[in-house]
Amino acid sequence: MTDSANPQSIVAIRNVSKVYHRGNQSLVVLENISFDIARGEFLALMGPSGSGKSTLLNLIAGIDTVNGGTISVDGVDIATLSESDLARWRSAHVGFIFQFYNLIPVLTAFENVELPLLLTSLSRRERREHVETALSVVGLSDRMEHYPSQLSGGQQQRVAIARAVVTDPTILVADEPTGDLDRVSAQEILDLLDRLNADFGKTIIMVTHDPRAAGKAHVIRNLDKGELQDVHT
Amino acid sequence: MFILKILVRNALRHRLRTLLTVLGITIALLSFGLLRTVVTAWYAGVNASSANRLVTRNAISLVFSLPVSYTERIKKVEGVKGVSYANWFGGIYISEKNFFPNFAIEPKSYLDLYPEFVLPEEQKLSFITDRKGCVAGRRLAERYGWKIGDTVSLKGTIYPGNWEFVVRGIYEGADKSTDEGQFFFHWNYLNETMRKTVPRRADQAGVFIISVKNPQLAAETSMTVDALFKNSLAETLTETEKAFQLSFVSMTEAIVIAIQIVSFVVIFIIMAVVANTMAMTARERIGEYAIFKTMGFRSWHIAGMVFGESLCITMAGCILGSALTYPVAWKFGQVMERFFPIFQVDKNTLYLNLLFSVLIGIVAAVFPTWRAVNIKIADGLRRIG
Repeated sequence: MTDSANPQSIVAIRNVSKVYHRGNQSLVVLENISFDIARGEFLALMGPSGSGKSTLLNLIAGIDTVNGGTISVDGVDIATLSESDLARWRSAHVGFIFQFYNLIPVLTAFENVELPLLLTSLSRRERREHVETALSVVGLSDRMEHYPSQLSGGQQQRVAIARAVVTDPTILVADEPTGDLDRVSAQEILDLLDRLNADFGKTIIMVTHDPRAAGKAHVIRNLDKGELQDVHT
Repeated sequence: MFILKILVRNALRHRLRTLLTVLGITIALLSFGLLRTVVTAWYAGVNASSANRLVTRNAISLVFSLPVSYTERIKKVEGVKGVSYANWFGGIYISEKNFFPNFAIEPKSYLDLYPEFVLPEEQKLSFITDRKGCVAGRRLAERYGWKIGDTVSLKGTIYPGNWEFVVRGIYEGADKSTDEGQFFFHWNYLNETMRKTVPRRADQAGVFIISVKNPQLAAETSMTVDALFKNSLAETLTETEKAFQLSFVSMTEAIVIAIQIVSFVVIFIIMAVVANTMAMTARERIGEYAIFKTMGFRSWHIAGMVFGESLCITMAGCILGSALTYPVAWKFGQVMERFFPIFQVDKNTLYLNLLFSVLIGIVAAVFPTWRAVNIKIADGLRRIG
């Protein structure tokens, strides 16, 4: 563990704690966590249920706030940002991939991928180009006008990945991205993430239970009861 | 455009629920529109009143008449342009259910004072010169199939006997607010008969209608007229035509107020229904709102989506409700013609429909928006799957 940021790191986590309060009870979910994630790294966070890995992912992605410590992403201490600034920061720097894809059912694959671009100043034509590129990267150029209900689970997850990368974010965070998929589809998604990391240099932070999924990562960090256990490289 | 697409598609996500909600708003606004139109129809006489006209009646009660000889004295009052007089006849055509207002009038002066009763010149002349002549409004004539030259017989109630008239004219209203359901005949015809049968009731006018040169001086003119007959056997009460008409409406004010309250209760009920729909919608979509927030959409975006969807639903109901108000009001007006001779949907009713639709849409979305905006992303995401 280091106390000062590594110049190579894109994410620097320092003494992070997270406590949930329920009535009079306090539940410590993360305690004094510190580590760095290097630019272009593919990190897998593993651990049993309730170990705090999803909470840590949420903190890194700026959708939850720390109770103690700091998290810097690309030099920005996100704990100091207001809610509005944090939303703006997320739209520019974080791509999200969820276990249940979380596509908007009333929008086509094209429109789902276009969503994050609505927050940018891109013209309609530019947005179209970006969306077409993202969908071609995930191999769904021929499914652009399909609604989520018309796509298989694997295809929906690929649309979700296209949506996550379309803004060219600084980091990609994935929470159990293969958790709801059959083996073949899961492998396709893992290959795709691997390609995004290898070919496009995307920094990926993935929470998973699946050792095969974790096998794709460069670094595996294990969490248990809110504490970092060991690191495998 | 994109946002509008999301709003419309979201609104149509639960088609049956949205359809029923829109139907509810449509029926509520239709009811509101009809009730408002009933209220407007109630005040039709008031609204059609002219600021240039005063009405003089017996100070004790409208039931008591005034000597027709007052005409000349009133004419001499400063500021008075013209004077006419009329008696409520209260005749029945065939049976009591065929009610319509009928008056004995001094034809020439009366028609001069009421330019809104538009009558072709030859018909006007024909009416004035025939003591048994009468004129009827276009709608009234159409209802009973009367044509020029037809004989119409009324059974007198206040003035007993069978009274026969010859239709000499059919007037049309100068505008939509003019009542085309009235019936006029010669005051002299009535008076001559009274002289023969009940002499003590002869030479009496129910009301005097006064045309004033300057409506701004109506109050002064009224006071001067009333002062003329102070301490006489038949003191007068002069008021503007509007005040005179309002005195009739005030007799039934409780009913009008009840109708108005019901019309607003209907709006309140539908507001609760739409609020319930939006609350259900927001609860179902809380995970989606969290996803939007995750992508960087801010609170006002989320608020815009909830408010937008709510307004989409209420505006659809508003358009349908307002569009249906016209044909339904037309049919209602036909059925209720005897009670509401003027039954027109007022523009203000449509503006109120629009205002309430927006208000319902906004109020119904307040609580769901508050929930959607304030939910923590992590909590919202946990609701998915």
